[in-house]
Amino acid sequence: MVTSQDFYLLSPEIILTLLGFAVLILGLIFPRMYRETLLAIVLIGFAVALLLSTQHWALEPATAFYGMISVDKFTVGFQCLFIIAAALTLLLSMNALEEKYLLYSEYFALIIFATVGMMLMASSAHLLTLFLGLETLSVSLYILAGFRRDDPKALESSFKYFLLGAFASGFLLYGIALIYGSVGSASLTAIAGRLAQPSDATGQDFFTIGVVLMVIGFGFKIALAPFHTWAPDVYQGAPTPISAFMATGSKAAGFAALLRLLLAADIMTEAWWQQLFWVIAVATMTIGNIIALRQDNIKRMLAYSSIAHAGYILIGVIANNETGYAGILFYLLSYTFMNAGAFGVVSYLAKSEQEYVNISEYRGLAYRRPFAAVAMAIFMFSLSGIPPTAGFLAKFYVFSAAVQADYLWLVILGVVNSMISLYYYLGIVVVMFMQAPEGEKMPITPLPAVGVALVIAIFGTLNLGVFPGQWMDKFQTLARSLM
Amino acid sequence: MSDFNQSFPLLSFLILAPAAGALLISLIPADRAKLLRTIALVVSLVVFVFSLPLYFGFDSSRTAFQFEEKYEWIPAFQATYHIGVDGLSLLMILLTAFLMPLIFLASWHDIKKSVKGYLISMLLLETGMMGVFASLDLLLFYIFWEAMLIPMYFIIGVWGGPRRVNAALKFFIYTMVGSLLMLVAILFIYFYYGKVTGMLTFDLVQIRDLLFPENYQIWLFLAFGLSFAIKVPMFPFHTWLPDAHVEAPTAGSVILAGVLLKMGTYGFLRFCLPLFPNAALQFTPLVSILALIGIIYGAWVSMVQPDLKKLVAYSSVSHLGFVMLGIFTLTHQGLQGGLLQMVNHGLSTGALFLIVGMIYERRHTRMIEDFGGLARKIPIFTAFFMIVTLSSIGLPGLNGFVGEFLVLVGTFLTNKWYAVIATSGVIFAAVYMLRMFQRVMFGKLEKEENQNLADLSKREIAVLVPVVAMIILIGVWPQPFLNKMEKSVDHLIRTVQYRAERVQQAPALAPVDLADTDLNNQQNDDVKLANKSKPFKSK
Repeated sequence: MVTSQDFYLLSPEIILTLLGFAVLILGLIFPRMYRETLLAIVLIGFAVALLLSTQHWALEPATAFYGMISVDKFTVGFQCLFIIAAALTLLLSMNALEEKYLLYSEYFALIIFATVGMMLMASSAHLLTLFLGLETLSVSLYILAGFRRDDPKALESSFKYFLLGAFASGFLLYGIALIYGSVGSASLTAIAGRLAQPSDATGQDFFTIGVVLMVIGFGFKIALAPFHTWAPDVYQGAPTPISAFMATGSKAAGFAALLRLLLAADIMTEAWWQQLFWVIAVATMTIGNIIALRQDNIKRMLAYSSIAHAGYILIGVIANNETGYAGILFYLLSYTFMNAGAFGVVSYLAKSEQEYVNISEYRGLAYRRPFAAVAMAIFMFSLSGIPPTAGFLAKFYVFSAAVQADYLWLVILGVVNSMISLYYYLGIVVVMFMQAPEGEKMPITPLPAVGVALVIAIFGTLNLGVFPGQWMDKFQTLARSLM
Repeated sequence: MSDFNQSFPLLSFLILAPAAGALLISLIPADRAKLLRTIALVVSLVVFVFSLPLYFGFDSSRTAFQFEEKYEWIPAFQATYHIGVDGLSLLMILLTAFLMPLIFLASWHDIKKSVKGYLISMLLLETGMMGVFASLDLLLFYIFWEAMLIPMYFIIGVWGGPRRVNAALKFFIYTMVGSLLMLVAILFIYFYYGKVTGMLTFDLVQIRDLLFPENYQIWLFLAFGLSFAIKVPMFPFHTWLPDAHVEAPTAGSVILAGVLLKMGTYGFLRFCLPLFPNAALQFTPLVSILALIGIIYGAWVSMVQPDLKKLVAYSSVSHLGFVMLGIFTLTHQGLQGGLLQMVNHGLSTGALFLIVGMIYERRHTRMIEDFGGLARKIPIFTAFFMIVTLSSIGLPGLNGFVGEFLVLVGTFLTNKWYAVIATSGVIFAAVYMLRMFQRVMFGKLEKEENQNLADLSKREIAVLVPVVAMIILIGVWPQPFLNKMEKSVDHLIRTVQYRAERVQQAPALAPVDLADTDLNNQQNDDVKLANKSKPFKSK
């Protein structure tokens, strides 16, 4: 029976879907509508969805729609994260939308639909819901990545993302099929309860292969090594705010889905899974950081840095304890602020997509655009994990989880990676503050919306870094409910 | 005074006031440079004035932390905002507060490029330094320790000399490499403490009651020690120092030599010795020998430096070697001497950097060969330079003598050969300092450019007088300063001995509280802990 309770539990997604359609229709009826008006409408919609989602925090974990949807603290935590990421992306997009071909109502609607997809992934209680959410997200992102459609780089970005994404979806579906065959159901509760009824060895093997295939599918979305190769090209070609969105929201959604699967399948207690993830985490961090050292395009550098960060976050998964899961949430939230901020500065400075992408263009920025330079410096310090920023406490959180679980070497490797990453993050700071400006560029006046987004990101980065208490408490409660 | 102490969060004020000043400055337009400079100077003076009640209100008969403040900060990690001072940190906080106004005054004309950013960085740096010396919570300490790197990095990298970018990067990365391993060690301690006692905390006051098994102590000592040794810097981790010193602006060099290097030695005193006493005892020969190498090596390299600033920088390596040697004698005299020498080095080397900066401002060169015969042209300058040089050499009657003498006495008590070698370092110091002084100030005034040198301005005299006054004061009457640290030093030595014996007798025992009879006025954390603690289960 579908009751009103079911709709209540799904209300954030429903509201956002309606909002997306409304935006599309508004764009059709009033093609000359001010984009600020539209932005205001969308932000109000996001605020409502955020409010509805937080209403679910206090509820007992519940399922809806015949066990396809589950709403618990985990869902709420991730959904809030996605909405924050999406709202930041929208604010950042106000500069990019200057360009004639960015039809904003469609652009807005696609971001909203992508957000719905992410939220569905976080609230799925069934592998098919999970897949549905992932596809809603992916299809929206394929279009968004190629939004600057007369730029070959954008087309490459979109096409590459689409092809590899399709492969990933294939892996995922194959995995789902195998799991379904082995367990007899694709519901996460059934998967969690599979150990109660013993199955034969072949079934077990199919199950394991199924999970591996699904992990590969999510690995693509999160950009874990060795499935990370798409990220730099796609981030480079996509509009900058969309790169931010992919690096923060979409990555968080991948982690949400991965965690749902791993927690239900309860495999992180097995040694070989731990070892597998150990290797993936170390490889992801190291590859990301080392290749990032050699980048001269800031969006590519941020792409590789974002790969490395996925590796750090994975440490929390491996630790597989309360601190670890709370740490993942804290990390993803911190990362959303600092990374959206870093892409945001690029977006803030650049009038078109060709400007301010080479690191050399940032030479002496501090003397021409001090606000942007200071903001970028804060994000760089945060990304490299230096206190008193959120990035430090985020790393501290997942590292402490790993120490607690006796993964001392993993932590030491993580720390060594942090040292490597220092070099390229500081490189940006050096260029901005310690080199003389090159030529005179006409200062442009960015729209206030982008500045607002940066201020929010700075505030988030510093607030999480200095007064993390209440956030950590929330996430700790969340993690406790998972265990 | 104690009423004042309770009603007013003095330490927090010292930590937060500079940050508040930085915030204020950031709101004022950058073109009002004079106003900005005045605000920074006033803020730092206020901080200094408020640091005086700390000194006079400090009860030197107690070993416990004083002016303590403790608030909840990150409940999820049981990390607290816990600050306090004892005899080890008191003088360091005072030194910081004392040097900052002088620095703002000294760099009044020196810094012209983006003054606003410079002042903000300096004030944030002061917050960081105060925080490092006052923190009694491991996580809080670590955050201040790291956060302080950012402003210093900018000070070297933005306002420094021609090779500033490399120097800044080197400084940053060296320090980071050390401290990240310390972070892992801090985490390990945190969970180990949790395993043994059943409760998690970063609070140093509680953690220092825990005895670590000896093999753990070794690793933890190395992890902490590396980051402190880089900061000191001890030979062979000193290579970042000359670069950083030479490239940093004068004010940056003064702070670097005056305060930042002391954080390394302070770290050994605050963490390595009391927390890992067995490891400390085991590493004593190694540390002492490295300290001796530092003393001799620093002195020898100083002798051949053509650049004044580089000479002073290398002399720092030598002087800090003395401090380390004194600390690791683990004798009363050695430790007191080391602590006092930390202050002395801050004053005399700080003053040397100021003086080098002043002459550089006039001639835009720091090469010794470009000078000569300045004494007759600029007599006031010469007088100040003379006193500071003699202080750095350790002439009796000036501060350097007291510290070095105590260190040598302590060393002599533990190992005569070390003392002999260290004494030769004093002689070398006399050689390179006096030779430098002679070549710069005496002889014939040959260079045309030096004919029209101006003597010190009133502002510059105002900068140097307080430093020289302190140099003489400590030289003739060191007792008040020694008194302030005496109890804490005593306590530290007894802690190390007592705890080291405990581990040797029964390595698997539970943490013990320090059964000092005169510790009654310490809050009873120790006792509580001892009751709560369970026997340590071996892994």
